[in-house]
This record gives sequence, structure tokens and C-alpha cells, in this order.
Amino acid sequence: MKMPQGVILFPSIHFALRAEKMVKEKGISYKLIPVPRHLSSDCGVCLRIPWEKKEEVLEILVQAGVKVDSAHPLSDG
Amino acid sequence: MSEKIIYFDNAATSFPKPEEVARAMVHFSREIGASPGRSGHRLAIEAGRIVFEAREGIARLFGVKDSSRVVFGLNATEGINQGLKGLLRTGDHVITSSMEHNSVMRPLRAMMKEGLEVTILNCSPEGFLDPSDVKRAVRPNTRMVVLNHASNVVGTIQPLPEIGEVCRRQEVLFFVDAAQSAGALPIDMEEEKIDLLAFTGHKALFGPQGTGGLVLGERVDEKELVPVKRGGTGSRSEQEEQPDFLPDLCESGTPNAVGLAGLLAGLEFVMKVGIGKIRHHEKRLTEKLLQGLLKIEGVTVYGPGTAEKQLATVSFNLKGILPSEVGLRLDEDFGILCRVGLHCAPAAHRTLKTFPEGTVRFGLSYLNREVEVEEALQAVGRIARRGA
Repeated sequence: MKMPQGVILFPSIHFALRAEKMVKEKGISYKLIPVPRHLSSDCGVCLRIPWEKKEEVLEILVQAGVKVDSAHPLSDG
Repeated sequence: MSEKIIYFDNAATSFPKPEEVARAMVHFSREIGASPGRSGHRLAIEAGRIVFEAREGIARLFGVKDSSRVVFGLNATEGINQGLKGLLRTGDHVITSSMEHNSVMRPLRAMMKEGLEVTILNCSPEGFLDPSDVKRAVRPNTRMVVLNHASNVVGTIQPLPEIGEVCRRQEVLFFVDAAQSAGALPIDMEEEKIDLLAFTGHKALFGPQGTGGLVLGERVDEKELVPVKRGGTGSRSEQEEQPDFLPDLCESGTPNAVGLAGLLAGLEFVMKVGIGKIRHHEKRLTEKLLQGLLKIEGVTVYGPGTAEKQLATVSFNLKGILPSEVGLRLDEDFGILCRVGLHCAPAAHRTLKTFPEGTVRFGLSYLNREVEVEEALQAVGRIARRGA
């Protein structure tokens, strides 16, 4: 069964790319994807991660001072 | 007309660049191309990564932890304008020196007409600013000290740590113009107590023209910073007001991503070689040039006159021959390219007593070789002997 996924949204691509760097270093699987339309009308990218890693990832980002807008589960993985 | 070229105009734009710089720009143009931070497709993300890595590289170079405080723009001039106009208000007082480039002088002169108070401190004949003069000039409404790290005319390196210390004690922001020094001298914003630093990519960082910007230290409150430009940032697109976070606050419009790809490669070159090694080589070239010039009859060298206290930028004149004439002969008869005149720094030339004729300036880089210095010395000797 496919693991439930979720996304973390950022104020701008700078923070999305910083986040990418940090999760990569931790060996967490991720992908930068366009922000799903139903979550925001912003035209940038967000970070998709396994939803079970949400708390761990947010903790890493907060520690590193990466600005986060919000986090959302994705219903369709 | 000489075929071979000796390029001694690196204080204006460094040339040649390391091969990696051109390669990175070609790669960006051919393979990436897209808008960074706009759209979510793979090429847009890849372009975003290039800009991000360049930002991280600049932050690392200047000892800044949070790379979002690196704001990119066209050059140091744009960074200086953003720093000055973004923070200073009518009734504020600013201290600067008599060695500044017009990139600082012209915005300040314009702002004076709008009620900014400006003190221009005189420097020594070699171009040094005395930190105790800075301390004495501070008033209750002094907001900022803005200072050239190293002179674009004579390479004079200012005592930044001492002046930074004065600023910190007096609770005044310290704004450093590192156009000439970024890449040529080690700079640590934290250690030297620098609050704002303007830099350019196209000189000692070996990037292309059209890259540079401003780095904001922790003491600068972005809530007080007014952006010089406003527009599209690729973020908060639903809002018609400028984002209030860095770097987007001060970065509007599609950036020079192909240029930043080149700057990133230049930065990596500088980091790989190491600023210590770069400085060592440039000092050797400078000392050789200074010693050689002083042996030529009729030559006057301006500035500190010792490599320890200056960058690889040397200004001189020949007795009885105008700098413009010397520059023309160097170019036409010897293939030596340099810059003559006032170098956009009339105040500095007044300090050096070389206004209004100016000087002949040799601006060397890490990529110049000793043999080029030897050839240039011979050429200057020949022009001096021939006379006017």
C-alpha cells in the first residue's frame, strides 16, 4: 500500500529549497511539486513528504529557522 | 597596434574569468533557461536551485547564517541604493568618508536635498579613515556609517574592525561597500561588526556583469527596510502588496539567473583556490608593481604604497604626461588595458590631490601573472623616457 503523503508550503521558493536541502541531508524521501491549487493560489512549489514524517520534518525546519506557511495531508497521495 | 593583451582593468571588471564561469552560463542558457521561483516545473525549480545555491554561497563567503538575508541585484550600486534609501529617513545623520565612489556619494547627495544630514570625513593622503574621527562625528541622530572597504582608485584597505567596533558601541549601523574587496580579502560580517554589505559579482568574485547585491546583518530589521523596487516575486501572488519577508521584499522582477549561474561558478572558484592564496598572489604582484614603478624616473605612486595595506589596485602618474595620454599609449603601443581618469570617485581624487586630471590605474587580479607586471613596468619606463 502506498504511504499517505502530505505537503509543506513555504512563503517562497528560497525556503522550499532550504527545506529540500535539509530533508535530503536527513535521508527523508521528498519531492518538490507545484503547490496544489486547492491549497493556495500561489504559483510556487511546495515540499511533498511521507505524511508520517510531518512532525520530524517540521521540527528540523523550525530548528533551522526555515519559514513555513502551512502543512496539509494529500488525499490522493 | 599590439596583438597581445595585458588586461589591467580588473578593478572595473575582472577579465578573463575562470573557464567554469562561461561554462556554467552556457549550461544555464542551453539546459535550464527557465524563470527561477516562478512556475513549479522542473526547469523552474532547477533555475531556482541555481539562484538558491548562489545565495547560500554568498552567505557562506561573508559568514552569514541566514542566506535569505542576501538580496540579489545588478551590482554593488544597486545594493548601496537599497541599503541607503531603504533605511535612512529625513532628519537622520550619516557618516561617510572622502574616499567614496559615486555609488555612495550620488545617492547621499540626492538624499541631502531631501533632508538627510551627511558628514564626509577627510581621509589621510593615502586614503585611510581614522576610526577616532568616526567616533567624534557621531551625533544623537546618527543612523549609519557607510564606508568603502577598499578604495577603487588606490586600493587602500580601511580598518574595518576598529570602525565596526565604534559603530557597535555607538549603536550606529555599519554599512560596508565591498565592491572591490569581496573575493580579494576575507570578510566576516559578524567578526567585523558589519550590518550591511554591498557586493558585486563582476570584479574579484569572477562572476559576470549584472550580478551583485546587498547582505543584511542580524541588526537590520527588515520591517524597517523599504524596498527600492516593487513587483512580481513569484511568491504571495494573490496579494497586490509586496511580500514582507526577505529576500522577496527587495527582489522584484525576474532575476539575472544566467548571470547568477556564472557568479556561482566564480564563487566556487574563489572558494576552491581560497582567499588566502588569492591575497598572497595579489600581494606579490602588487609589491612587484609598486617597487618597479618607484624605480622609474618621473613616476608618482598614490595610496599606501605597500601591498600589505592595499588591494592589487595601483594608481600613478608620469611627470609631464596626462593620464589619458599614458593610457592611450599603453593600449596602442603595448596592448596594456587599464583605466585612466577619475574612476567615478572625484572625492577620492581630491583626497589624493589628483583631481581633476586623475591617475593611471592598474587593477590586477589573481589571474594576472608576474611576467605581465614586468612587461607593464618596461612599457611605463619607455613612455616615461619618451616624455610628453
